[in-house]
Amino acid sequence: MNSNTKHTLVALVEDKPGVLNRVASLFRRRGFNIQSLAVGSSEQPGLSRMTIVVADDSTVVEQVRKQLDKLINVVKVSDITDEDTVARELALIKVKATASTRSEIIQIVDVFRANIVDVALDSLTVEVTGDEDKVESLIKLLRGFGIKEISRTGRIALTRGA
Amino acid sequence: MKKTGAQILCESLIREGVEVIFGILGGAVLPIYDTFPQYPQLRHILVRHEQGAAHAADGYARATGKAGVCIATSGPGAANLVTGIANAYMDSSPLIAITGQVARPFIGKDAFQEADITGITLPITKHNYLVTDAAELAKTVKEAFYIAQTGRPSPVLIDIPRDVQQEEAEFVYPDKVDLPGYKFISQGHPAQIRRAAKAINEASQPVIIAGRGIVISQAYDELKELVEKAQIPLVSTLLGIASFPGNHILNLGMLGMHGTAYANMAVQDADLVIAIGMRFDDRATANTKGFAPHARIIHIDIDPAEIDKNVPADIPIVGDVKTVLKALNQEIESRDHLDWLSQLEQWRYEHPLPDPELVSGERGDELLPQYVIRQIYEATQGDAIIVTGVGQNQMWAAQHFIYTKPNSFISAGGLGTMGFELPAAMGAKVGCPEEMVWCIAGDGGFQMTIQELGTIRQENTAVKIAIINNGYLGMVRQWQELFYGRRYVDTKLWNPDFVKIAEAYDIPGIRVKHREEVVPAVDKAMDYPGPFLLDFLVEPEENVFPMVPPGESLAKTLEVPKGLASLNG
Ligand SMILES: Cc1ncc(C[n+]2csc(CCOP(=O)(O)OP(=O)(O)O)c2C)c(N)n1
Ligand SMILES: [Mg+2]
Repeated sequence: MNSNTKHTLVALVEDKPGVLNRVASLFRRRGFNIQSLAVGSSEQPGLSRMTIVVADDSTVVEQVRKQLDKLINVVKVSDITDEDTVARELALIKVKATASTRSEIIQIVDVFRANIVDVALDSLTVEVTGDEDKVESLIKLLRGFGIKEISRTGRIALTRGA
Repeated sequence: MKKTGAQILCESLIREGVEVIFGILGGAVLPIYDTFPQYPQLRHILVRHEQGAAHAADGYARATGKAGVCIATSGPGAANLVTGIANAYMDSSPLIAITGQVARPFIGKDAFQEADITGITLPITKHNYLVTDAAELAKTVKEAFYIAQTGRPSPVLIDIPRDVQQEEAEFVYPDKVDLPGYKFISQGHPAQIRRAAKAINEASQPVIIAGRGIVISQAYDELKELVEKAQIPLVSTLLGIASFPGNHILNLGMLGMHGTAYANMAVQDADLVIAIGMRFDDRATANTKGFAPHARIIHIDIDPAEIDKNVPADIPIVGDVKTVLKALNQEIESRDHLDWLSQLEQWRYEHPLPDPELVSGERGDELLPQYVIRQIYEATQGDAIIVTGVGQNQMWAAQHFIYTKPNSFISAGGLGTMGFELPAAMGAKVGCPEEMVWCIAGDGGFQMTIQELGTIRQENTAVKIAIINNGYLGMVRQWQELFYGRRYVDTKLWNPDFVKIAEAYDIPGIRVKHREEVVPAVDKAMDYPGPFLLDFLVEPEENVFPMVPPGESLAKTLEVPKGLASLNG
């Protein structure tokens, strides 16, 4: 891997109080840079799956992986960057909309197979799912209309098949 | 049968083989203390400061190889343990810290003496627990001891709210732990071991760096076999000093910032470094950029995260040092490395450590700290456990005592915690009452935990205390002298008469000012059947050499300036 590419780490962690804090504390104390961290329940009761995106060179990321693995509440952690994966992110984008821009925004949203999930007098809220590039491009296009708020989940990922 | 949380804790500690607990009580641990009389097998030692409890438990753990246990009340008591826990964490010492916590309904309310000790100790423990149910307590203790004592040893903290101590639950001590997220590898990978053996068999200038992992794993015999079979010279880290006999011909002594010149030269010239149970600490490697520039590196350690952390390894082997060395020794061929060894002998001859006898002779009547350390060695013949402070006293103790006995050197290596010496020596003596235990203290560090003289007297713990009294925060003064234009800003100490202090604690002592008084004083201390204090008023501006200046590589080792005295003006 060349240096400073984005690495995706997936960790199965025990679903116990304080576990997120342990992971976050580890990143802070060792000076590792997290780009995003997403966590939610997994297929196994009592275990959550965390997807962590780290942009650093491979030796640092390997150090991150090993340090995470040392946490007692982390059951398994793997770097799936070089594997065949499905990765998605969800973003909610609240964009300014006037009578004259509304239909143009809706067209763009359609092209991206995104959804309008809330309509207000002077704004639309768009929901988009996809890889980061797709989310980024949509945001870029909507910028022109004036973005009021963005909330992104960060990447979640699974390896393909098997 | 139902028992209270406090009883469950005591029963569980007994199941784990605990005999001694160091601590101080307070509101949030009163229920635990109140049950102690029901369990006379548990000896509680009342210390004078919780930092002392943690260091004592740490010293106990290092000397015995078993987990050491300390206990403190919530809030300030728990917070006072923190330095001791951090210290044990850095040196991979198995410590169990038990803290009281405010009762469950008060947690998070900033109640009286509430401190988030699990939050505070997150980065300095291998794991920690806040127990919220008495029924979980036995399982928690079982796990805590297992985690603390297996793999890479480390502190584990158990925080127990006061009402959990009083709550009743069924007591069943589990015989197994169920920790799906905890694993450690004991056996080294056979293919890696084969690669390492091949590299060793092919090397012409190999050197071993021995670390504390050898002591933890008790791999003394395996290490000796490797050294002797393949005739590989050995250097050690500070905490690896007592992993291999100090008087062995192939032992070149400590490497690093205050290592011997010839140890550092060996590493810089080696074509193969075999790093065993060590973590390439910056005090050992100096600047890693210039570290062992010609060498391939074999790195054996039980903690995979140590591999490639500071120095990249060519051949990493993750596993228990003893197990790995056993397997490795099978594949090592006999060698003599005559050229390499004679080169090293020449360096040893040309660049010796200053001989304390000679140095003292040249410098007449001055009482030199190196000489004091050497006389303690002569008197004990190495049959003692040496527990040091931090700073110059620590380095002189490392350089001038000859450690011939496994695990006979205990010191705050990673954290460099002044004040470790006295309570840790006390803990070591409690754990090994048959051993002669010497506390080599700095006059600065000694005053950080001096109050443990009270504990020592109360328990009649027969530690022998040697204060290397230079009237300075000596190591810092040395840096000021060498790197800050001799500006001694706030390193000079006004000291009390330590002998009088000892007397106030009903501990006898002698103040030593002259060379000829050293031997009789040491003999007197050793003959006395209890704790004894020697206050050595040594040459105030003596420096520790050799020294690698901060930021430089091992190649820049400064040796003793010609005629030591000249440097001191
Ligand atoms: C708790 C703590 N505070 C500060 C330091 C920084 N420090 C390192 S060595 C040293 C001087 C130690 O003085 P002393 O105990 O008299 O030992 P000496 O070097 O004189 O032998 C100091 C202040 C430290 N290591 N630990
Ligand atoms: Mg001093």
